Amino acid sequence: MAFIARRLAFYVAAVWAAVTINFVIPRVMPGNAVTSALSRFQNLTPQVVKALEIEFGFHPKGSLLTQYLQYWNSVLHFNLGVSTSQYPTHVSTIIGETLPWTLALVGVATVLSFAIGTLLGVYAAWRRGGWLDRALPGLTLLQATPYFFLALLLIYLFAIKLGWLPFGQGYSLGLSPGFNWAFISSAITHSILPALTIIATSVGGWMLQMRNVMLTTISEDYILVAQAKGLSGRRVMFTYGARNAVLPNIAGFALSLGYVVAGALVMEIVFSYPGVGFTLYNAVTSNDYPLMQGIFLVISLAVLSASLLADIVYAIADPRARTRSAF
Amino acid sequence: MPESSAPRFIRGLRRILVGYRRLPIKAKVGIAILSVYILVAIIGPWLAPYDPNATTTQAVPEGPTLHHLFGTSATGGDVLSQILIGTRATVILGLATGVIATTLSVLVGTAAGYLGGYADEALSLLANIFLVMPVLPLLVVILGYLPHTGEVPTAIVLSALGWAWGARVMRAQTMSLRNRDFVLAAREVGERPWRIIVFELMPNQIGLIAASFVGTVFYAILTSVALAFLGITNFSDWNYGDILYWAQSGSAVNLGAWWWYVFPGVTVAVLGMSLVLINFGLDELSNPRLRSSRATRKLGRRSWRPADPTPVVRNYVEGML
Repeated sequence: MAFIARRLAFYVAAVWAAVTINFVIPRVMPGNAVTSALSRFQNLTPQVVKALEIEFGFHPKGSLLTQYLQYWNSVLHFNLGVSTSQYPTHVSTIIGETLPWTLALVGVATVLSFAIGTLLGVYAAWRRGGWLDRALPGLTLLQATPYFFLALLLIYLFAIKLGWLPFGQGYSLGLSPGFNWAFISSAITHSILPALTIIATSVGGWMLQMRNVMLTTISEDYILVAQAKGLSGRRVMFTYGARNAVLPNIAGFALSLGYVVAGALVMEIVFSYPGVGFTLYNAVTSNDYPLMQGIFLVISLAVLSASLLADIVYAIADPRARTRSAF
Repeated sequence: MPESSAPRFIRGLRRILVGYRRLPIKAKVGIAILSVYILVAIIGPWLAPYDPNATTTQAVPEGPTLHHLFGTSATGGDVLSQILIGTRATVILGLATGVIATTLSVLVGTAAGYLGGYADEALSLLANIFLVMPVLPLLVVILGYLPHTGEVPTAIVLSALGWAWGARVMRAQTMSLRNRDFVLAAREVGERPWRIIVFELMPNQIGLIAASFVGTVFYAILTSVALAFLGITNFSDWNYGDILYWAQSGSAVNLGAWWWYVFPGVTVAVLGMSLVLINFGLDELSNPRLRSSRATRKLGRRSWRPADPTPVVRNYVEGML
């Protein structure tokens, strides 16, 4: 249990850091956030300006410490303030509307990419020097391609040239979100291209790491013993080889989530997908600081919880992790 | 002696060449491509045939012709010139971030691994927190607040957020070196910790430092291009992301003006590939098991069973970036 306790301590520290960063950034940054945020409202009387500024929380009262405690209090109550660009909608309402889109798309695409990459890595190592193994450098080089560039190419090819798939937005115009087939099928076809982009750029990394660890694992003696016992190749490959070799990949999964979210951010902007990334981008371009902060906080917390989940899976998969302290 | 300086210089050059020849083929190709980019970064502005900001009266982007090899943007800017001039900013930003972030990761990682105890716990915790922070959203938020975005703030923020992975790898390596005889001997002689770290440990981690540096440059270039593509950049001087930003905002995809985003996009991708190739090469250098020789390829075709005893080096280095 030392492992779990240590990781829990880490998550407490990480959550504290995320909230604190969010508190500190607007207070140390130069530039007048108030005027740029209020510039969208025309012809305001000074009293109205004052009232709006108080509502947006631009003039916090009290010492820095009380402000900090107040900020924690409002974070714990999911009170993230009012959006300046979509006044008077609450930031938490906007996030509640956009987060499911991102979670569904990025979550499914990431899990798919991880599963496909790991499986391909197992096969590439098992058939060392085979065609899959030789194709690996090509696949990893796909990683060197910027997300958005690949997205633009896919849009051009599948949406404009061939006209097979729609792009932009999360569903066709004229439909309203709900549990009906027209909406769900539209949402699915709209998510194919974004998901494909995420998978194409990330699958190579999982595959390479799995293949490299698997190569080391399958030269262990117990693999030889398993084969000598006459177990089927499939059983040796998965139960004896892959089960042990997958551990670094799971650990890597927990760590890479931050990067996954980053890639998804760019993807959402290219596809105008109605998720948190696109909303964050709109918040930045319209100087909507409360929304920016709220989204960043939610993204960090989402990454941390996913990472915690991966840690728990790791502890289940690797008995050693439960007793030994892991970095 | 005045004569000895020239031969020594040539000897040094020859040593570099011999070292280069011994590198795996992947690293050679990567270094060759990267050298071209660095060369263009230096002389690009003189090679550019047109003023990248030039505008003509045309309203549509023009496809590749003999006059404009890579075509033009919607306002008539020459894409080739924009790429040649933009190389400098992108390459400098990548290298600068690589130097700053790698220095940080070497210092933190080696210190944590060597000192151990509470210092290690604290530094590891810090590195782990930075590792799980979603970098791009944080960058977008920070650079969104800054009144002037440009290369310097971007490089600083990228380095501040990009050192943690390297530090983790360095720490693991340091811990395996910490109790080797030469380090114990140095400690016995009474060397101070910083001297042991800088003069005893670091020279033994050159390969790892190089890999970490290349990985950081890769991250910095791709992230900065993505940021510029999102419009979070200053448009006073060109870089790769700016070209793609204008292509996107000029709806190049819908117009079918593929040259406007394909050429700069491929330019970034090839630069990224060269860095990935260098890291593959470095990986193979430190882990012979990963080398794919002609012999293993032959074996692969004859459905070779991997459990066959093969004479390989047993220490696997976990260092894939």
